Amino acid sequence: MLWPSLVRALLGKPLTDPAPAIPDATVQALALRLDQAAQTRLGRSLSIREVDCGSCNGCELEVNALANPAYDMERFGLKFVASPRHADVLLVTGPLTHNMREALQRAWDCTPEPKWLVAAGDCAVDGGVFKGSYAIAGGIGEALPVDLVIPGCPPTPTQLLEGLLALLEAQAR
Amino acid sequence: MSGADAIRSGRPQGCRPHQRYLLEPGQWRALVVALRDDRALELLSLWAEPGFVHAAFHQPNEGVLLASLAVPERSYPALSPVRAGAVRFERMVRDLWGHQAEGAVDLRPWLDHGRWGLAAPMSPRPPAVITPPPQPEFLPVEGEGVHSIPVGPIHAGVIEPGHFRFHVQGETVVRLEARLGYLHKGTLGLMLGKSPRLAARFAARLSGDSTVAHSWAFASAAENAVGLAVPARAVLLRAVAAELERLHNHLNDIGFVCNDASFAWLHARCGLLREGVLRAAAQGFGHRLMMDLVVPGGVARDLAPGGAEAIRAALATVVAELPGLVKVYDGHASLQDRVVATGHLMPELAARFAVGGHVGRASGRGFDSRKLPGYAPYNTMAFTVPVLEAGDVDARVRIRIAEVQQSAALVESLLARLLPGEVKLDFPQAGGEGVGLVEAFRGDALHWVQLDDGGLIRAVFMRDQSWLQWPLLEAAIEGNIVADFPLCNKSFNCSYSGVDL
Repeated sequence: MLWPSLVRALLGKPLTDPAPAIPDATVQALALRLDQAAQTRLGRSLSIREVDCGSCNGCELEVNALANPAYDMERFGLKFVASPRHADVLLVTGPLTHNMREALQRAWDCTPEPKWLVAAGDCAVDGGVFKGSYAIAGGIGEALPVDLVIPGCPPTPTQLLEGLLALLEAQAR
Repeated sequence: MSGADAIRSGRPQGCRPHQRYLLEPGQWRALVVALRDDRALELLSLWAEPGFVHAAFHQPNEGVLLASLAVPERSYPALSPVRAGAVRFERMVRDLWGHQAEGAVDLRPWLDHGRWGLAAPMSPRPPAVITPPPQPEFLPVEGEGVHSIPVGPIHAGVIEPGHFRFHVQGETVVRLEARLGYLHKGTLGLMLGKSPRLAARFAARLSGDSTVAHSWAFASAAENAVGLAVPARAVLLRAVAAELERLHNHLNDIGFVCNDASFAWLHARCGLLREGVLRAAAQGFGHRLMMDLVVPGGVARDLAPGGAEAIRAALATVVAELPGLVKVYDGHASLQDRVVATGHLMPELAARFAVGGHVGRASGRGFDSRKLPGYAPYNTMAFTVPVLEAGDVDARVRIRIAEVQQSAALVESLLARLLPGEVKLDFPQAGGEGVGLVEAFRGDALHWVQLDDGGLIRAVFMRDQSWLQWPLLEAAIEGNIVADFPLCNKSFNCSYSGVDL
């Protein structure tokens, strides 16, 4: 029976962790990158399209974990969307393989303005351990302008959440 | 002549613990003929190095055998006409090393999308390529009202990239063809010339969800090559980490299968249980996914103080809650309707592809490398491998449920056996050749490594189980409706990165 569990969940304490602190310096740097118009248009929520450009899938595991009840990203107005056409943010992982470069470019081109690009994970920063391979460009910045970098191998859900919340804060200023 | 006898007619090359035999061209052709009649000998993997192709086989109740052929002309008689599982390996070998499989079933490129600027990057002198990338070719489909649905490489969910070409008639899938390779990072090439210690970072990142299992398989191959015995405590800690990995992935998959049938509550509960396991892993081993924990020579970090208690507590929560979740899974017709009889994989196909893990075990193939050939510490532990015959999404979920419970019990007894001691030895600078076979949550991971006299990697291959599972997903989806593809796909949960190398 599902009903007793649902009632218990309704009456019990929340299972969700408190929100992480957001580094102020990051917020200020991000706010500088947004003009007034973009701030009003984006409002206080972000639709995120995740694009894996060569990750080992460790980053995807942690990005997916953001949606579990412990992190519950939707309480902040953050949500994953199915298409880049619905997105405000491309959250990109991996060292950018040559085989994914065109797909990333196309996804970015059909993401409507104003938009952010977040590179998550050490590979996305500069190629990480795969630096120097014939098959990679060596970081997302090789193809597109990156607004925010979230390092880690893989970054923990808390680190990812800090970064995404900094984007939200920047919009509010 | 049996296939195994055909292999053993070659010259032994000193690979440990499973022997590798170098065959003459006539002996390789005899092997291909023998494989046609001898259905028992299973193909586990096929790979290459400059000048050679190698194949790994499994003879039930006997063990693993490796066969090699020198390919001075860069061509070899194909195995794909007699072993369907060889098709994608042959395409990969051609793309990476440039060795052609004569008489192969499928000659289209696989990993090479024409975007590297060079061809056969693992060959000694890769030629430059300046032509624009070609359009991919898909297998033709004929029939009234058939149309195709191209999906990917970027998918709607937060998953890895790959292209799926569905050919459908009405709502029914008549053929699915996957085109992968988008994640090719050149991992094998980066490992060459490095010491096993340095190269372990790449094994740990072949497929992040199986980072412990692949690290262990690689470490075990390297240790077998030089004859290094790992301290007892390190062996137990490796197994603790491997079982935690199996557990958190299975919980994730059970939740996601339910989510794909829009049953969000089970997804939420499984996600929460899994999060507890990951946090315990972080407390015990310093990393949520336990990346770079298993290294050649032992484990990089000992279990942190309080780690064992944290792991026990997380597992106790899982064990206490799971029966209730299974009851909900069983008791909802809306959910059962989606998973029962969906994505049926015939046991004959599972056997023909020698598929392992939950995919094999849900379709009657009970192979588990922890049992046979078996390795420490599992060879001294009592556990039974769950096997079902139904072969549908439901059976694959039930295998996972059984394995979650079993892994929790295994971790409990592993922790109870832990005695103080060393966890890491220096890795000797010595040459040799070894194989490592470790049971990941998807099934057996097979690693092979050859070290030169200075102890540096001369040749290496890492085979994720997904190589054998991907083609079977295409078979399982046939005759289902497009809307059931996410369920089928998640019930397999093949790795993209693991096969894209």
